[in-house]
Amino acid sequence: MRVEVDTDRCCGAGMCALTAPAVFDQDEQAGTVLLLTPEPVASEFAAVREAAQLCPAAAITVEESS
Amino acid sequence: MTISLPNALPTTRPTGCPFDPPAELGRLRETEPVARMRYPDGHLGWVVTGHALARQILADPRFSSRGELRHVPIDVDRFKGKALPPVPRGMFIQMDPPEHTHYRRLLTGQFTVRRMNQLIPRIEQIAEEHLDAMARKGPPAELVHDYALAIPSLVICELLGVPYAERAVFHERTKLMLNLERGDEEVMAAFGEIMAYLGELIERKRAEPADDLLSGLVTGGELDHEELVSFALLLLTAGHETTANMLALGAFALLENPDQLKAFTGDPELVEPAVEELLRYLTITHFGLQRIALEDVEIAGIAIAKGECLQLHTPAANRDPAKFPHPDQLDLGRHASGHLAFGHGVHQCLGQQLARVEMRIGYRKLFQRFPTLRLAVPADEVPMRTKMGIYGVHSLPVTWES
Repeated sequence: MRVEVDTDRCCGAGMCALTAPAVFDQDEQAGTVLLLTPEPVASEFAAVREAAQLCPAAAITVEESS
Repeated sequence: MTISLPNALPTTRPTGCPFDPPAELGRLRETEPVARMRYPDGHLGWVVTGHALARQILADPRFSSRGELRHVPIDVDRFKGKALPPVPRGMFIQMDPPEHTHYRRLLTGQFTVRRMNQLIPRIEQIAEEHLDAMARKGPPAELVHDYALAIPSLVICELLGVPYAERAVFHERTKLMLNLERGDEEVMAAFGEIMAYLGELIERKRAEPADDLLSGLVTGGELDHEELVSFALLLLTAGHETTANMLALGAFALLENPDQLKAFTGDPELVEPAVEELLRYLTITHFGLQRIALEDVEIAGIAIAKGECLQLHTPAANRDPAKFPHPDQLDLGRHASGHLAFGHGVHQCLGQQLARVEMRIGYRKLFQRFPTLRLAVPADEVPMRTKMGIYGVHSLPVTWES
């Protein structure tokens, strides 16, 4: 799995940091998404997919490796 | 074409369950998840009751949040024959990107998950102090005044730097402003008073900045006086009225579902999913959210014309069985994520992580301290806020074994 984030789209709702805190954080000043690991371990896949689905601004893209 | 809602959005909840959205909206969702609705001013718009559709529209930039494009969806005297007042500068919830983005970005860093988690010890302390006071006074208590309103009010006051001792200024006036049965003159007077108070507060911050959010905005220099007052009004009202109603209505819902309450008090792990489920089940944004088509758009095979208003009824959408099986059951064990209680899209609630922390602490501490808590009046005598923009209870008399 490969994850990308778009900080321009991010509206700082924090759903990613709440749902998959091992993979996403928020910038201390701007509050926008910080990607901690673009290639998360398999145990995080479900949480990452949920975070992407929940993101209100569609700022998270998940590319599933085949 | 038939018009499914020929007059206005229904606001009463006649099914006998005070937690259910108006029954006709549930019926509408089964047959017409996007239905024609006549607004009281004559505007022919739409009401959306399906979860997937409401979510899709909330995330679609072709639908606007601009306040001046809105139509009032409910039939109340206050708005009859009157144009909506212009949107004050800085009132970003009624703006679209990029203007909305510019304003919201000034605040997003203040409401991160981490910052809200740092508030936990202080919020726990506030909750415990109020529960101590309830215990000292002895049963009965009135849960809205003694607990549910006090916690979020005190928290948002401390966060913003609003003296809590001055809370009467905004408690009484915001309640009046949200009451749809009050006259326009009375509401505008209350609005004027609260704006004057906040204007004066901003001046005090300018003269003597402290370590609080409003002082930071004042000294940050990005906002002028009018914008600062709008920000203060938004944060103060959104920060106390919404969470207060979730806390009281949520406690009522748990008391009315004893098996769920028993599960809640028996399992500390249930706190987080329980808060999401209460948010879904209760969805206190009484009339849902509103968007206006900026161009002709086709949604689910239906042509929406430019300028038409859509009422996205989030309380009904959060009861959509296609998204949440057996939606009318309060089931704290379910995975309720994806609910629309905080909205969706770039306007999704900025303070939602604060609300979550307050609710987790608020429900847990309440039922820990008073395990025998029960209503002090029959459930059907609890006064419900059917004529308010935010649903809930006006008061909740409770008692316990002391």
